[in-house]
Amino acid sequence: MSVSSSGTLRAAAAAGAAGGPGPEPDRQRAPGQRAPTRRRPRRPASPVLATLATLVAALTVLPVAVILVRAGSGPPGEALDYLVRPRIGELLAHTGWLMVLTVPATVVLGVGAAWLVERTDLPVPGLWRTLMLAPLAVPAFVSAYAWISVRPGLVGLGGAVLVTTLAYFPFVFLPVAALLRTLDAGEEEIARSLGVGPVGAFFRTVLPRLRPAVSGGALLVALHLLAEFGVLEMMRYQTFTTAILQQYAVGFSDVRGSLLATVLLVLCLLVLTVEVAARGRARVARLGAGAGRRPLPLPLGRWTVPAVAALGAVVALAVVVPVAVVARWLLVGTRIRVEGAGLGDLLLVTGSTVGLAVLGGLLAVALGLPGAVLLDRHPGPFAVLVERLTFLASSLPGVVVALALITLSISLVPGIYQTALLLLLAYAILFLPRAMVALRSGLAAAPPELAEAARSLGQNGAGVLGRVVLPLAAPSVLAGFVLVALAISTELTATLLLAPTGVETLALAFWSATAELDYAAAAPFAAMMIALSVPLTVLLRRQITS
Amino acid sequence: MSEVRLSGVRAGYGDVEILHGVDLAVPSGGTTAVLGDSGSGKTTLLKVISGFLRPDAGQVQVGGRTVAGDDAWVAPERRGVGYVRQDGGLFPHLSVAGNIAFGLPRTGIARRGRAHRDRVLELLDLVELPADVAERRPDQLSGGQQQRVALARALAPRPDLVLLDEPFSSLDTALRTATREATARALQASGATTLLVTHDQGEAMSFADEIAVLRQGAFGQIAPPRTIYGEPVDAHIASFMGEAIPIHGLASHNQFRCALGNLEAAGFVTRGAVVAILRPEQLRLVAPGEGSVDARVSRVTYFGHDSVADLELVSGTPLKGLRARVVGPEAPAVGDTVGLWVVGPVRVFPG
Ligand SMILES: Nc1ncnc2c1ncn2[C@@H]1O[C@H](COP(=O)(O)OP(=O)(O)OP(=O)(O)O)[C@@H](O)[C@H]1O
Ligand SMILES: [Mg+2]
Repeated sequence: MSVSSSGTLRAAAAAGAAGGPGPEPDRQRAPGQRAPTRRRPRRPASPVLATLATLVAALTVLPVAVILVRAGSGPPGEALDYLVRPRIGELLAHTGWLMVLTVPATVVLGVGAAWLVERTDLPVPGLWRTLMLAPLAVPAFVSAYAWISVRPGLVGLGGAVLVTTLAYFPFVFLPVAALLRTLDAGEEEIARSLGVGPVGAFFRTVLPRLRPAVSGGALLVALHLLAEFGVLEMMRYQTFTTAILQQYAVGFSDVRGSLLATVLLVLCLLVLTVEVAARGRARVARLGAGAGRRPLPLPLGRWTVPAVAALGAVVALAVVVPVAVVARWLLVGTRIRVEGAGLGDLLLVTGSTVGLAVLGGLLAVALGLPGAVLLDRHPGPFAVLVERLTFLASSLPGVVVALALITLSISLVPGIYQTALLLLLAYAILFLPRAMVALRSGLAAAPPELAEAARSLGQNGAGVLGRVVLPLAAPSVLAGFVLVALAISTELTATLLLAPTGVETLALAFWSATAELDYAAAAPFAAMMIALSVPLTVLLRRQITS
Repeated sequence: MSEVRLSGVRAGYGDVEILHGVDLAVPSGGTTAVLGDSGSGKTTLLKVISGFLRPDAGQVQVGGRTVAGDDAWVAPERRGVGYVRQDGGLFPHLSVAGNIAFGLPRTGIARRGRAHRDRVLELLDLVELPADVAERRPDQLSGGQQQRVALARALAPRPDLVLLDEPFSSLDTALRTATREATARALQASGATTLLVTHDQGEAMSFADEIAVLRQGAFGQIAPPRTIYGEPVDAHIASFMGEAIPIHGLASHNQFRCALGNLEAAGFVTRGAVVAILRPEQLRLVAPGEGSVDARVSRVTYFGHDSVADLELVSGTPLKGLRARVVGPEAPAVGDTVGLWVVGPVRVFPG
């Protein structure tokens, strides 16, 4: 999970609310009178704030610049020769097939599951809602390891599609389910009263409004696929990301690695462009605008059993299999190594992982603050530019960011190469959008109107911050911090490249054990990563129901 | 001495000037309603007084102290101005008691809400809410209750001046009247000077001692309700304050000659062609031939407490918008012929 998953995820969920009920008509106004214009004050931002936000945006764009400069530094002819090799074509084809198969599969699975859970009388919907998000608690490469260890023949495209689909469909499920919950019953009911059946009404009134949520979720899946390393390496399925890492392992050729990374970058831009087009000109409404009425759940009748069976099968494949396999290897391992020397090791690695995660989370929140304040309090073209740059840079694969930081640190500040600082910086760049989205929703919970109300009641700046802004913003900021920290604790790609020698994380320890095919030794680290990720499911579930 | 005095205040957002030189004085303890169309700058005016917008020119004085202008600037929290915003704006993370006690001084041991329990209860009583809402959260209150809590919160630090920005506009008619009356009583009891912003003429007239009509960023007229309704300074304010029938005619001395006969004229009377403004309630329906002219009833709109009869002159002279307000059950029927009688003088403006 090297892509900024849930930052964009939340954004997608918010965009998902696009079609939500519009503002209530002002009933009290006489017909001739215009409704009041409500505009956010657009005050010029303070120079300090603007400078800080610009610096952060520049930092996030840095990797792109470095990669492009490096890729262009060799003789042009050589670069072209390298890029037209059949090998590049093969990598492109592999990436293409993976996308073409996995993205639609996650959309079908995600939308179908969301519809069943949110719109029908499926038994125990609350439980299913959690279970559909549970795959997020199992890092995709752990799930790949589980499948490979029970079915070694699964390598190749088939295995890659299976594992990635099961691991990533919640990215579609989450925003779609959140949107389905906020959509008002009104339009569906009007369609029904005009003689359209329940399924037709869903397709003609609800589905079109799901477009932004679906395309946002699909975008996330696509970006994850481009960035995926662990799963594909285990499935021995070569794409650009795996090729870049192999290139790097074989002997670090800056220019070639950068050329591959440039192609990957172009693919990312392509995906982002396609998504913008697919999203359409959907209006983005605020979440929770008016409670609206929830439609009556559609009775499943005799379809209840097949529906439950289908969802159950998904859970079995996506969650039960990996967890059971990890548990079995755990048992095998304890039987082999009775002395339990592994426990101290596990605790040590967990400790350093948690330490990195906490520091990285703090750094991401700190770096996200200027941009978030700028966007919330001084919206305007400049703020939007800062936001776009941050999101764009952060949708780059971890491998690109890591490569760029290595190149940069070696040539400019050799002192920080092979330090935890560089690794933390990479984490912060990768997961900045998550932090920013959370900070923004925190600031939105403490709107300037409330700050003004506090001031007219005699509070000065510090009082406003301490008594109004912080208490209101704290829950989302904390949630954002936790999301970033959890993502860091299972990050593999950038960590592989940037971790200073001697620093072990759970993902690294797990990875080196599986590389030696020592599945039993890998199991405790896998189990710990799953355990650490459980809160993620809980946090994300709250995004649907709140 | 005036509690609030604005002189030549110009203010706006960025390059756009919204207030183009506003003068206003509200005496201590007085109640002034600012009336204006949506977008005319009412909220902007309150922002200037409360200190959330710096005027580009002019002076703002509160309680004799210059709070803005002449190089003076007093931060919002030091002005002692209570501000009830258009949207209420209660703190969602605090209980009702916590909201009301927010602006009260916090002593060392004081814990939110507890220390100021008596004051909170007193304020709840003042805004006519039961004491048991104190521990509720704002989202567990109805819209009208939220507005009253917002008022109680603004009144808690005993401000000398309270600004109310359309505090009743989100409420439905019945609740609106009840909340408005409770607010008026609470403000009276607190003795605070009040500036109420509204776009509802009836609300302004029933609430305030003085009405200030804001249009295009400046005050068109500032006067007591009776004056502004009965003696508007121009035809625009006349029709803004209530239904008005424009009638063209000739003036001489204080006579106004028009299709309705010779009427008594008041206001700025020049000789020659002028426009007079007649209120529908100034027309009395009498038996045919007993009024100054006869008219036929073309339509009757029934409102319960009164009816409005649309009229056409029997003589055939067109007179657009001629209608009479008839109180109670005495409404005529469509097609009736009636005599018309004009009560009181009509306001005359230069044509
Ligand atoms: N922060 C702002 N930035 C730019 N223009 C603004 C801002 N706030 C208000 N305006 C503009 O200033 C004008 C006056 O706005 P104001 O809010 O004072 O109107 P209002 O009289 O209170 O209207 P309403 O009755 O609808 O509340 C409007 O044209 C509005 O669009
Ligand atoms: Mg306003």
